[in-house]
Amino acid sequence: MSENKTKPDLNIEIAGIKWKNPVTVASGTFGSGMEYEDFVDLNKLGAITTKGVATYPWEGNDTIRVTETASGMLNAIGLQNPGLDTFTKRDIPFLNRFDTVKIVNVVGKSIEEYVSAVEILSEQPVDMLEINISCPNVKEGGIAFGQDPRAAAEVTEAVKKVSSKPVIMKLSPNVTSISEMAKAVEAAGADAVSLINTLTGMKIDINRKAFTLANKTGGLSGPAIKPVAVRMVYETAQVVNIPIIGMGGIACAEDAIEFLLAGASAVSVGTANFRNPGVTLEIIEGIEDYMQQQGVHSINEIVGAVL
Amino acid sequence: MKYNKNTKIISNTQLTEDIYDLRLECPGIASEAKPGQFVNIYLNDSAYMLPRPISICEADDGVIRLVYRVVGSGTGQLSRMKQGEALDITGPVGNGYDTDLINKTYSNVALFGGGVGIPPMVELSKRLNVKTDVFLGYRDVLFLDKDFPASASVYISTEDGSTGTKGNVMDALEESGVIPDCICACGPGPMIRAIRNYAKEKGIKAFFSLEERMACGVGACLACVCKTKETDEHSQVKNARVCVDGPVFDAEILA
Repeated sequence: MSENKTKPDLNIEIAGIKWKNPVTVASGTFGSGMEYEDFVDLNKLGAITTKGVATYPWEGNDTIRVTETASGMLNAIGLQNPGLDTFTKRDIPFLNRFDTVKIVNVVGKSIEEYVSAVEILSEQPVDMLEINISCPNVKEGGIAFGQDPRAAAEVTEAVKKVSSKPVIMKLSPNVTSISEMAKAVEAAGADAVSLINTLTGMKIDINRKAFTLANKTGGLSGPAIKPVAVRMVYETAQVVNIPIIGMGGIACAEDAIEFLLAGASAVSVGTANFRNPGVTLEIIEGIEDYMQQQGVHSINEIVGAVL
Repeated sequence: MKYNKNTKIISNTQLTEDIYDLRLECPGIASEAKPGQFVNIYLNDSAYMLPRPISICEADDGVIRLVYRVVGSGTGQLSRMKQGEALDITGPVGNGYDTDLINKTYSNVALFGGGVGIPPMVELSKRLNVKTDVFLGYRDVLFLDKDFPASASVYISTEDGSTGTKGNVMDALEESGVIPDCICACGPGPMIRAIRNYAKEKGIKAFFSLEERMACGVGACLACVCKTKETDEHSQVKNARVCVDGPVFDAEILA
């Protein structure tokens, strides 16, 4: 009896950083948390992962930037961001009002730009850096480093050299073998990997006889991609020793638990924030309920349980 | 912004072939709502990942009224919802029209609504206490044309000429002889462009509520941006967010 009533232990540790639970948000779906403050007690999240930021402001793509698809959506925002000057003065002080792990997602158009951003952020009060080498919506940078294991390793090595924070490399599913990419960044010194970013897709507007998105292609996210993401987390978990942050279509606790069982140490909730702005906290509660029902004491007991 | 789960449907009635009139019981949003603001509707079917942003047509006595067009399967599903059923919504979203400023500064306001740009003009007209002329543009079948206060003069245009002026809202404006000192408009892109040119040419103040494809509907995802002349404070580039920085913009700041 008493066993069932014990509060399960959701604490995890990734690259030496302690999280109070394994749930964060996927970069780009949550800003820096400001816009979700009305709906979510940000202190309750395991971590907040910010929208990607570069050393200087980026305009992003033309509109239309998003369109809904069956159980998902396509986006081609193009990494619009205010640049680190504004980000360090506005977003980081905001994040530091909350008792949660702060992960800053970093974008760049060259190795030098990633390195400059990481140098700046190394001096800032944030906990971890996630390096985005997998955005399918910008031509230079982003995906250019995310589809070739050697290029990915080169970025990893360069940012690791200057980073005072643990480095998470965010991987693209738009590759022949994501586990090869993961191995390459692990060998280059990555402290963790996060996967998957969006799958490149396209939608045609049959009335206009034109591409729906101004960028023609966009990144597919949402429940539609979840089985692909779970498979990729599973494949990666078999070949790397560094922690995996799993994501791709997580919309409820059951989805999150699948990723944990497949080998992810933590999970990110992305597109689901759009259909339910309070979903992250529901997922954390749902994981707790599952652990209680299953008699699981520590979340670490279920990580990779199917491997 | 409020997140109202299980917002009760008071009524959801068909006005024309594809226009529906939804009334929701939500005192929290109704008491705060300003004309020009909108709500995000989260459809109950979890396969729809994005909320439907729908402008507030009226907000009174704890009730918000939303008049929307069925454009796809999501709004189709919404149109089949019945009295007593419930929806999750967030709102009110966006800035809305600054009616205090308009009432204080201008003496002859012209409101332009085209298609589903008409609904926000109803609440706006109710909150203006200066001379108000309302220009409504339709394809053919009218809706909401009888819902404006008696103090406002309503001019109708239809593309097929079945009611009012044959043509668009600009044709109706010309025919009316009205010369406003302030314009508020919501409607399709070509209508907004025509009004913008007219306002610019005549030196008339204009406020537009813009439409853009949205995702999060709360200001986080940066999907629904519009180009501005100057760098805006939030983005640090010349992109304002239509959802929360707008949807109402002073024409002068738009690129």
